[in-house]
Amino acid sequence: MSAMPEAAITVDGLTRQFGDFTAVDAISFSVAQGEVFGFLGANGAGKTTAIRMLIGLLAPSGGRASVAGFDVATQSEEVRQRIGYMSQRFSLYDDLTIRENIALYGGIYGLSDAEIATRGGRLITELQLDANADSLVASLPLGWKQKLAFSVALLHEPRVVFLDEPTGGVDPLTRRAFWEMIYAAATRGTTVFVTTHYLDEAEYCDRVAIMVDGHVAALGTPSELKAQFDTSTLDEVFVRLARGSGAAA
Amino acid sequence: MSALPVVVDNVTKRFGTTTALDSVSLSVNEAELYGLVGPDGGGKTTLFRVLTTLLLPDGGSASVLGHDVVRDLWAIRSRVGYMPGRFSLYGDLSVAENLQFFASVFGTTVKEGYDLIAPIYSQIERFKDRRAAALSGGMKQKLALSCALVHRPDLLLLDEPTTGVDAVSRREFWDLLHELRRNGLTIVVSTPYMDEASRCDRVALVQQGRVLAIDAPAAIGGRFPRPLFAVRASRRAALLDALRQYPHLGSALPFGEDVHFSDARVELAPSELEAALRAHLLNAGFSDARVVSIAPGIEDAFIELMGEAPGVAA
Repeated sequence: MSAMPEAAITVDGLTRQFGDFTAVDAISFSVAQGEVFGFLGANGAGKTTAIRMLIGLLAPSGGRASVAGFDVATQSEEVRQRIGYMSQRFSLYDDLTIRENIALYGGIYGLSDAEIATRGGRLITELQLDANADSLVASLPLGWKQKLAFSVALLHEPRVVFLDEPTGGVDPLTRRAFWEMIYAAATRGTTVFVTTHYLDEAEYCDRVAIMVDGHVAALGTPSELKAQFDTSTLDEVFVRLARGSGAAA
Repeated sequence: MSALPVVVDNVTKRFGTTTALDSVSLSVNEAELYGLVGPDGGGKTTLFRVLTTLLLPDGGSASVLGHDVVRDLWAIRSRVGYMPGRFSLYGDLSVAENLQFFASVFGTTVKEGYDLIAPIYSQIERFKDRRAAALSGGMKQKLALSCALVHRPDLLLLDEPTTGVDAVSRREFWDLLHELRRNGLTIVVSTPYMDEASRCDRVALVQQGRVLAIDAPAAIGGRFPRPLFAVRASRRAALLDALRQYPHLGSALPFGEDVHFSDARVELAPSELEAALRAHLLNAGFSDARVVSIAPGIEDAFIELMGEAPGVAA
């Protein structure tokens, strides 16, 4: 993003210990409003712990972080009201219809019935799902589920949306259509925080951070990181960083 | 053995109104590392189930290690190693117990297969008393591969073995497959991730039950029919719009930080196309746009072969 408005996420010395083990060790970074930010790390690098703190589900042991203007430790309820979350593994209820899923999440996010009707109707039309609105989500192809889950995560117009491996398993064209939805949301000012195992997915982010052993080992645009490590792929950057740590596979 | 390890001839498989496999034909050579590459729902798992004799084809025929998948199922089952896509281990059994179980099912012992699995199993052997459910994704994958190999199969079938596994473990896994292939094992592996295709000797691109193309990974890009350019500018979304408004648009799709663009006028020289593109971008206000002529990759070819209207999002 060229403009630098106020940060949507500010992380300053954020730390989490479990007994003697420091899962997240004093990490610091900030993410701009409207930025698409990739957050990567091998299994056990501390990525999940960090995200659980950022979405207000886990109290930090030290340092601080604010998301959408609120402190994750002392104002976790305010944080949760202003973020959206989409995971590849779980986002929508397969045995509810599209319309029912929208109503359920709208209710959870605190929208009024009128807002759910208006925004839900608009969402269904934008995704061209009018004919399927009363079909079970289970009947949708994976690509449509992903688009619907993303739209539902944006229903309450959150300032920040967290996406966990958002485009796994779909064909390359559907995947690009999904990234164009992400770019459109970012252009409207939503900050998009993406975690993924797949480094080619990270190539679509404005900037990426790579966690190794609880630290942020690298942070920059994909081309900056590739230049820094003199390689043509983020995959190679990641493998070198993660292997350098001596972490078990 | 004279027959190829895998021969699939016009195989069709339907589930109700869905055609999971639509006249699929392919063959795999001895000691080849063969990739089935394509998205979920493309038919990869169905094909594995036909090859492992777990599903009967509705049409066509297939043979594995010289045996017909319908008539000679028992001959096939004892000689194939199969690692299904979903977690195939017993979570309540320990690492060592899982391995013993799979060895005993095939009427052999861990000891007899040990030298084959040693390069893989030695990496997880220190966790041999841990319950399989408590392993990390990378370790589960190595145990599942050990279990699929312990009876010394002549053919290894791996259905999305690297899904959900981090990049370091994925790379180690592919290194292991190469080692097995060097020792003469024939391997068929499926993946939805196009970047993994480059690790195979040959790949079949699979989409909606059909084979789009079969070739060496480096040659697949050559199926893309037009000169291709990588275009980059600071305003990425606006750049994409500007490229799609180009009167001679062939295709324009985001590829990481770049947009891959092709001109529909195949009769013109690449240098002419590039000059015209630069002029269009300058005219559209992209003074910082960078245009580089590139060789098409497997994803470029896959999208083109899918037969969708170029540049139009699904």
